[in-house]
Amino acid sequence: MKRLVLPLLLGVALPALADHLPMPASAPASYTTECGSCHLAYPPALLAARDWQRLMTGLGDHFGSDAAVDPKKEAEISNFLQRHAGNAVKLGDAGNPPRISTTPRFIRKHREVPAKLWRDPRVKSAANCEACHRGAADGRYSEHDIAMPNIGK
Amino acid sequence: MKTFPAFALLLASLAGHAETPQQIGAIYAAEAATQQAGFTPSARRGETLFRQRFAHNDKMPACTSCHTDSPLNAGQHVVTGKTIRPLAVAANGERFSDPAKVEKWFGRNCREVVGRACTPAEKADFVAYMTEVR
Repeated sequence: MKRLVLPLLLGVALPALADHLPMPASAPASYTTECGSCHLAYPPALLAARDWQRLMTGLGDHFGSDAAVDPKKEAEISNFLQRHAGNAVKLGDAGNPPRISTTPRFIRKHREVPAKLWRDPRVKSAANCEACHRGAADGRYSEHDIAMPNIGK
Repeated sequence: MKTFPAFALLLASLAGHAETPQQIGAIYAAEAATQQAGFTPSARRGETLFRQRFAHNDKMPACTSCHTDSPLNAGQHVVTGKTIRPLAVAANGERFSDPAKVEKWFGRNCREVVGRACTPAEKADFVAYMTEVR
């Protein structure tokens, strides 16, 4: 009986852990100031290393915006993101250009979100994690921390 | 002499100095005065610039696309949906206090929204408006 307890506990704790994506302490200040100005400074675990690398080499046309940074910051941010990147197999193909919201893991996790909610002006874009994940800035993505804007209000 | 304001800005940014919006406005005004004798910043011209529809960028035709019609309000990034804190100093005391940050965002936003670099005169006017608007 005793031997059952640990795997049981792990089974309960692990899914919760997967929804906690705190910013690694080694995050350079440039990551927050450069990337986190226009969108949330996403947890590096949400993309695979090769996708971060691809993204960081194309900042001059970053989804239609010029998000270029100086070479020193680019290297610093890119190294950080790749070092703390997520598991490519679990995330799945992020497409090209890579998008977090294109990964099969993201799509699976958000399959219950109605289309109308994505179009809500308070949400606007899948890039806007904080619209529903109120604790996203602190890495809290658990289902318990979700507050969806009331549709139609 | 012409290089002085840019040099002052560079020094200030290297030192990581916090400045006041008035000091940052004065640096741009001094730079503008070297190109245009007798230049004085105008909050009214700054407001006109803020409201102008440049239509260079479909998603962001004007400053107001993301920053709303009032710089006293919080804005929302038109693409990502991220909340943007107010531009007006009266509503957000952190605005125009870091010369390097101010230069970075004039650089990025003028290129993207106006479609060209802003002139020192335009920057001085813009800072004046954001400093004075209540």
